[in-house]
Amino acid sequence: MKLLQGKKARKVIRFIPMYLMMLPGIIYFLINNYMPMPGLLIAFKKFKFTKGVWGSPWCGISNFSFLIKSQDLSLLVRNTLLYNLVFLVLGTVLSVTVAILLNEVQRKKLQQTFQTLILIPYLMSYVIIAYIVYALFGAEYGMINNSFLKPLGIAPVSWYTEDQHWPVILTCVNLWKSFGYSSIIYYATLVGFDKTYYEAAMVDGANKMQMIFKITLPLLKHVIIILTLFAIGHIFYSDFGLFYQVPMNSGQLYNTTSTIDTYVYRGLLEDNNIGRASAAGFIQSIVGFLCVISANAVVRKLEAESALF
Amino acid sequence: MQKKTAQTVAIVVFVFLSIICVVPLLLVIVSSFTSEKALYTYGYSLFPSELSTGAYQYLLASKDKLLRSYGLSFLVTAVGTFANVTITTLFAYPLSNKELPGRNFFAFFVFFTMLFNGGLIPTYLVYTQVLHVKDTLWALIVPGLLMSGFSVILVRTYLTTNIPMEILDASRIDGASEMRTFVQVVLPLSLPILATVGFMSGLAYWNDWQNGLYYLVKRTDLFTIQNLLNRILSSADALRNSSTNEMMTAGFEIPSVGSRMAISVFAMLPMLIAYPFFQKGFVKGITIGGVKG
Repeated sequence: MKLLQGKKARKVIRFIPMYLMMLPGIIYFLINNYMPMPGLLIAFKKFKFTKGVWGSPWCGISNFSFLIKSQDLSLLVRNTLLYNLVFLVLGTVLSVTVAILLNEVQRKKLQQTFQTLILIPYLMSYVIIAYIVYALFGAEYGMINNSFLKPLGIAPVSWYTEDQHWPVILTCVNLWKSFGYSSIIYYATLVGFDKTYYEAAMVDGANKMQMIFKITLPLLKHVIIILTLFAIGHIFYSDFGLFYQVPMNSGQLYNTTSTIDTYVYRGLLEDNNIGRASAAGFIQSIVGFLCVISANAVVRKLEAESALF
Repeated sequence: MQKKTAQTVAIVVFVFLSIICVVPLLLVIVSSFTSEKALYTYGYSLFPSELSTGAYQYLLASKDKLLRSYGLSFLVTAVGTFANVTITTLFAYPLSNKELPGRNFFAFFVFFTMLFNGGLIPTYLVYTQVLHVKDTLWALIVPGLLMSGFSVILVRTYLTTNIPMEILDASRIDGASEMRTFVQVVLPLSLPILATVGFMSGLAYWNDWQNGLYYLVKRTDLFTIQNLLNRILSSADALRNSSTNEMMTAGFEIPSVGSRMAISVFAMLPMLIAYPFFQKGFVKGITIGGVKG
């Protein structure tokens, strides 16, 4: 027994240099990820900057009841969930289609070029994208109003003050920025499929469409399901850049553009509404956690090696 | 025959998609070369009635401020990316060693950061009230961007599958220290994944504007080019909505419509230039990390 302990101790000693290598990373995760976690408790406090997280007095669930009574919560949850669902469905359909088509481009050089071009939007920051969207939709100088609506004799639209347009605009921007990235994931999967399936189908006289629907899609189903589950795991999170930057934080658009993330930001840094914002943040963290855990549990049931843990 | 039709359809679709992906960027570039007069009369257009380099000359006038922001963007990206790749690799390498005592614990330590987080408010409070990074250069480098659980897993997976244990054992038997094995054996073998992680991190640093938005309140002299663009957009917007004609907001003049586009051109240029060199590694990174991302 003693010998064993000695052995174990010696093993740990042998690995000391390894632990030292990990030290900077451990410290960073402690600061950046673990230290904020207990701070979630300020959702149950009447937070004062001067008193800090621990000095501020408790206030029970009043932040939550304010959040619910103000009807903010239902709006935020509605926007966050609906946008994510739309992005998920349209994004998946688009990127699977693009991946299948990319595979049909037989000329390697051309395929490479297309791959390069469709990934370009992914390289742009949301600030730049906000400038682009503004150049298109700005009321006075925007291209849509000036170059498309005017010649057609349609009155200019004040895009940045009318909230009904934004679900469509934000969905297009999101798809534009991300479809290249997710297409590549699907493409990488279908390149790996066994060629003999297709050869056999060809011998049997199957046409292209039949091959796509009877071979490619069934084989891809697996990856599609797994990626969808992970996306559902993140359904309570939204891309802050998309929802804050692209509508230029315009107050008249909040009805259709505010999500949990923009609400928390504004509560913290713009309208000094930390109570309700921290309650919304708390709900996001906890429900988000439960979603990720459940999604992962389902993935593990389907295919253990794809599960996160 | 059928193969050919399928390819033709695919090419047509891709030409269309490529146009959609590239034209918005062209709009930015063309607008930056459009004369102010044409911009104010006909709005932004891909086919301007009058070209001019006025926007760029206008930028020259405030070049000190712009060069400073641009330089800061490069500095933050270089330092941040180097630090990110270093601590990520140093963390991932021991995790790839199956004999490391406590390996499962540390792996969970990483995974948990991907499952649960405190969110913006608690993170903001830690960085401002405990670490006091507000209005310092640290604010642009440390919060959120220095290391991610995702890239640690990416590198760890690469190391476990691509570096055979025998090589490491051989190095140890030859008497090399862990550090030396790491630097002389592991690092050269893991260059492809380091390029991938480095590009992803560089992209995140270059494009980041949120840290500046959260943490740079008074020190606008620390603004990166993205922060500057963000501030110009929000100030221009604030001006449009108010009746004042005051052109000075937050200590700087708001550039004209065309010169804003010229600044945007400078802001997107470095990534567009670097991208072709890293594309292979980047695509590889997407595919390795794809499903778990």
